Amino acid sequence: MSEPLLEVPCEIPPDAFNPVEPFLRTERIPHIWCAGCGIGTTVNCFTRALLASKANLDKVAIVSGIGCTGRVAGYARLDSFHTTHGRAIPFATGLKLANPELQVVVYSGDGDLFAIGGNHFIHAARRNMDIKVICVNNLTYAMTGGQTAPTTPSHVVSATAPYGVFEPAFNLVQLADACGASYVARWTTFHVKQLARSMEEVLQKKGFGFIEIISPCPTLYQRRNKMGDGLDTMKYYKQASKIRHGAPTGECNLSKAGEIVVGKFVDRDRPDYYELLQVQMHESLGDRYAEPEVGCAEC
Amino acid sequence: MHADPKGVLTGVHFLDGDHACCEGTLAAGARFAAGYPITPSTEVVERFASRIPTVGGVFIQMEDELAASIAIQGAVWGGAKAFTVTSGPGFSLMMEHIGYAAITETPCVFVNVQRGGPSTGLPTLPAQADMMQAKWGSHGDYGIIALCPNSPQECFDLTVTGFNLAEEFRVPVMLMLDECVGHMTEKVVIPPAEEIPVLPRRYTHKPPAEYRPFEPAADLVPEIARAGEGYRFHVTGLTHDERGYPSMNVATQDKLVRRLVDKLAPLSNGRAICDTANLEDAELVVVSYGITSRVAQRAIALARQQGIRAGKFRLISAWPFPARHISALASRVKAFVVPELNLGQMVHEVERAAAGRAKVVPVTHAGGTVHDPEVILKAIVEAAK
Amino acid sequence: MSKGFVAINVERCKGCAFCVEFCPTHVLALSSAFNSKGYHPPHVVDSDKCSGCDLCGMYCPDFAIYGARYAR
Repeated sequence: MSEPLLEVPCEIPPDAFNPVEPFLRTERIPHIWCAGCGIGTTVNCFTRALLASKANLDKVAIVSGIGCTGRVAGYARLDSFHTTHGRAIPFATGLKLANPELQVVVYSGDGDLFAIGGNHFIHAARRNMDIKVICVNNLTYAMTGGQTAPTTPSHVVSATAPYGVFEPAFNLVQLADACGASYVARWTTFHVKQLARSMEEVLQKKGFGFIEIISPCPTLYQRRNKMGDGLDTMKYYKQASKIRHGAPTGECNLSKAGEIVVGKFVDRDRPDYYELLQVQMHESLGDRYAEPEVGCAEC
Repeated sequence: MHADPKGVLTGVHFLDGDHACCEGTLAAGARFAAGYPITPSTEVVERFASRIPTVGGVFIQMEDELAASIAIQGAVWGGAKAFTVTSGPGFSLMMEHIGYAAITETPCVFVNVQRGGPSTGLPTLPAQADMMQAKWGSHGDYGIIALCPNSPQECFDLTVTGFNLAEEFRVPVMLMLDECVGHMTEKVVIPPAEEIPVLPRRYTHKPPAEYRPFEPAADLVPEIARAGEGYRFHVTGLTHDERGYPSMNVATQDKLVRRLVDKLAPLSNGRAICDTANLEDAELVVVSYGITSRVAQRAIALARQQGIRAGKFRLISAWPFPARHISALASRVKAFVVPELNLGQMVHEVERAAAGRAKVVPVTHAGGTVHDPEVILKAIVEAAK
Repeated sequence: MSKGFVAINVERCKGCAFCVEFCPTHVLALSSAFNSKGYHPPHVVDSDKCSGCDLCGMYCPDFAIYGARYAR
């Protein structure tokens, strides 16, 4: 970290460092995200969660899709995979099944995961695949200029809905719940402490975990809709959010300027895909079943 | 290194091409497959699903071919040898991920048991109309290797070869079967494991601090790593530098994309896999591949009986195309006859390599069955005039 | 002496002011100075109040600031 230009009146211990720093490919910082974008905030929370969960970082792999949030993989100093649009989840599935010792985290955006990636999301949740899906939901396709996403609320103006969106939007937590996810939570980028704790919880829970994080896109979503900048949006999150742990997910719809229900909605135990596979194979094959080898070294 | 005996069904078998291909994957060390049902390829993964739990690995039927074609790549980066299987419509869906495998240099195998197309076409009938697509189907410039078996035995042998080439060149390999070869049942001899050469993955032995994931070795192929070993590497489909980091500029693009194509050059030259006969005195050469080559064999025999000095050039590695071999022949033969189960695909490569020095005669077929040998013979007779 | 300190990487800052707004003890304000990209980074206006809670660090989308407690 370079020397600050301004002297601060506090004395900074010589061995002090930003806790996020070891998790970043610092040679690639500054990143591409805009002023007031919340993606970087979620990365801070994620790194705190990794530290708190005492994860072996060599065994944590990040898989992302395409989009602004998809760029997280490129900045994280972990085994990281920037894959194709919408297909982070099936890539993560293959990665996890080939080496179940890995903690596989999918980190991607709302358009990537739920439009083009929607089919893969529902099946991975159905299977209770042991992967964690962190979805930064900025209610738009940010990277490509702010087009309508399946999460864009009604009456919002977007690049492809210049007269206002009229399609009903997905309720992501309800979708995840309905598909069988073992863990479902929603926070906003305002809720940094709770988000870090949720991320820590999900990392320590087997099965398909899903966390939705509402985040500003000040350059496109907020600007086009005259909703102010990133800070204005964070203040809106603070004012409009209601923490309702365990709320029925069907009652957690988002709207253009209304209430944002946040909290942990689902935390249930179901055997994950790999467990189910093992049980079935042992039952059917008995002694003849050969446990898959973990990613052979010299295969 | 040789095959792991756990996956090798040594013995003399009576198998169809699909089944033999599956045994080839197991012998080659594949321990992960992802697939989606599609005629006439499904038996390959059905057999894998049945075999792999006693060999030690995973099969997952994914929700679509898009998922299957990228799940195998995730598995590769997790340390497994992996493949998927499909036919025309699924192959089309997989194109984006073939390109992803190409630019990330992910060693993996795509089996396409070709059927009549376009679109739903003729699900249960043979064609060879995906040959150009195998090379050019994804967007952008990149290279792939395509192998064309013409028998169930070759479905076994070339699958093993395909996996080995994928590892050697860090490239996606297309196994271009067709419905005929896939569903014909013949003798397949599977040797003992110690007689099956298997190339291990070219893992780096450099310590993480020194390793650069896309720094090419002398043969233009980078050493690979896998997740979970502390390398903390980054893989992206964006144009990237030797660190694997996005580097979206003209110089990096030029360096990377040219290398992706150039690294396969040995296969268009000395390493090209082909099966030739009667070329020494040939006045014309029949160029064919896959099931068509077996019909062509008959036509060539008939032509020879009539005194026409027809030679055989069977493409086994169709991509990279063995242009040098064809070009050398073009200097001394008067014609190439190119029968294919399509309206003319590999014939364009023959024309290019011949560069006008020999006649090139396509013998097209829209698909659905194999050529009649007499049709190919007729073309040979015409070309010999 | 305050319980904590903040360190600011001025060049990374994009002047979003999350840290200024959400610091529980109002240690920070946007300065009138510019970094080389033209953004106003925060500066410490009340260092005595800093508890080292690192909320600024958690909020900062640009990894440009963090806080920590002094070791005792």
